[in-house]
Amino acid sequence: MDFILQPWPWFIGGPLIALSLFLYFYFGQNFGASTNFETLCTMAGAGKVSDYFKKDWKQRDFALLFVIGLIIGGFISSTYLIPDANVNLNPTTVKELTELGFSNVANQYFPDEIFGKNAFALKGFLILLISGILVGFGTRYAGGCTSGHAITGLSSLQLPSLLAVIGFFIGGIIATWFIIPMLF
Amino acid sequence: MKNIKFLILGIFFAIVLSKSQAISWYRFYEMFKFQSFHMYGIIGGAVVISAIIMQLFKSGKIKDINGNKIIPKPKKKGYISTIFGGTLFGLGWGISGACAAPIFVILGFELIPALILLFGALLGAFLYGLISKKLPN
Repeated sequence: MDFILQPWPWFIGGPLIALSLFLYFYFGQNFGASTNFETLCTMAGAGKVSDYFKKDWKQRDFALLFVIGLIIGGFISSTYLIPDANVNLNPTTVKELTELGFSNVANQYFPDEIFGKNAFALKGFLILLISGILVGFGTRYAGGCTSGHAITGLSSLQLPSLLAVIGFFIGGIIATWFIIPMLF
Repeated sequence: MKNIKFLILGIFFAIVLSKSQAISWYRFYEMFKFQSFHMYGIIGGAVVISAIIMQLFKSGKIKDINGNKIIPKPKKKGYISTIFGGTLFGLGWGISGACAAPIFVILGFELIPALILLFGALLGAFLYGLISKKLPN
C-alpha cells in the first residue's frame, strides 16, 4: 500500500502507459483520446450545424466509457491515492516560476495562478478557455494528441505522427519560453 | 455490457497518469523547458515498449480478444495539417499543462477549471469541424 501512495517514478509510469495501450488494442480498438472531443460535439447536436459531425456516436460507446473511466480514475486518485501532492521538480524550475510570481510552486499538481480560484477570475478563465480551444482545434487538425500521435503513432512508426510531435514541441516551447513569461 | 472493460481501463489509465504526475502542469512546464528527465522517461519508455508491442501485433503473434489481427489505423497524412495543427495543440498544452486525456482526468481534481478546459476543447473541435474543408492539408 505504501508504494501506491508514493509518487510513481517514470520507469513505472511509462510501462503502465504501454500496458494501457496494449489492452486498448487487445480489446479491439485504436488507442487515442482526442477523437472523443468530436464525439461529444456530435452528442451535443453539432451534426445539425455541420455534416462533419453527422456520425453515429453509438459506435464509439466504448470510447465514451473509457472517458467516464478517466474521470472516475481522476477522482479516485485525487481523493484516495495522493496524500502528498508535492511534485519533485528541478530546483531551477521552481526558482524560475517563483521569479515569475508563482506561489506555492510544486506543492500541488496545478498552480493556483491558473487553476483553483483564479479560474473564476477573467484572466484565469480566458487562459483555460483559449488553451482548451487550441488543444481541441489543434488535435483535430493534426489528427491526434499525445496518446494517438506521440504514443500510438510514433510506436507504430508513422511519419505523420513524428511531424505532429515536432509540432507539439514547437507549440509547447513557444508557450513555456515566451507566452507564460508574458502572462505572468 | 461487453464494453465495461473500457471503463475499467479508463480508471486504470487515469490512475497511472495521476500517480506518475503526468497530469501536473509543473511537469509539462519542466519538460518543455528541458529541465527534467521525468516526462521524457515516461513518454519515451511508453513509446519504446509500445513499439515492441506493435511489432508483435504486426507479425500476428498477438491477436485481439476476438481473434482478429490488430492493425493500428494509419494516421491521416498532410504536412501542413500535422505540423501546424500540432503546433496549435502544443501551444494549448504548454499554457494549460493539459493535453486530451488529462483534461478528463483533471475533472476529478479541479472540477471547474477542467470544465472550462473541456468546454474550450469542444469549442475548438467544433470550430475545426466547421472549417475543416477550407483548411490546407
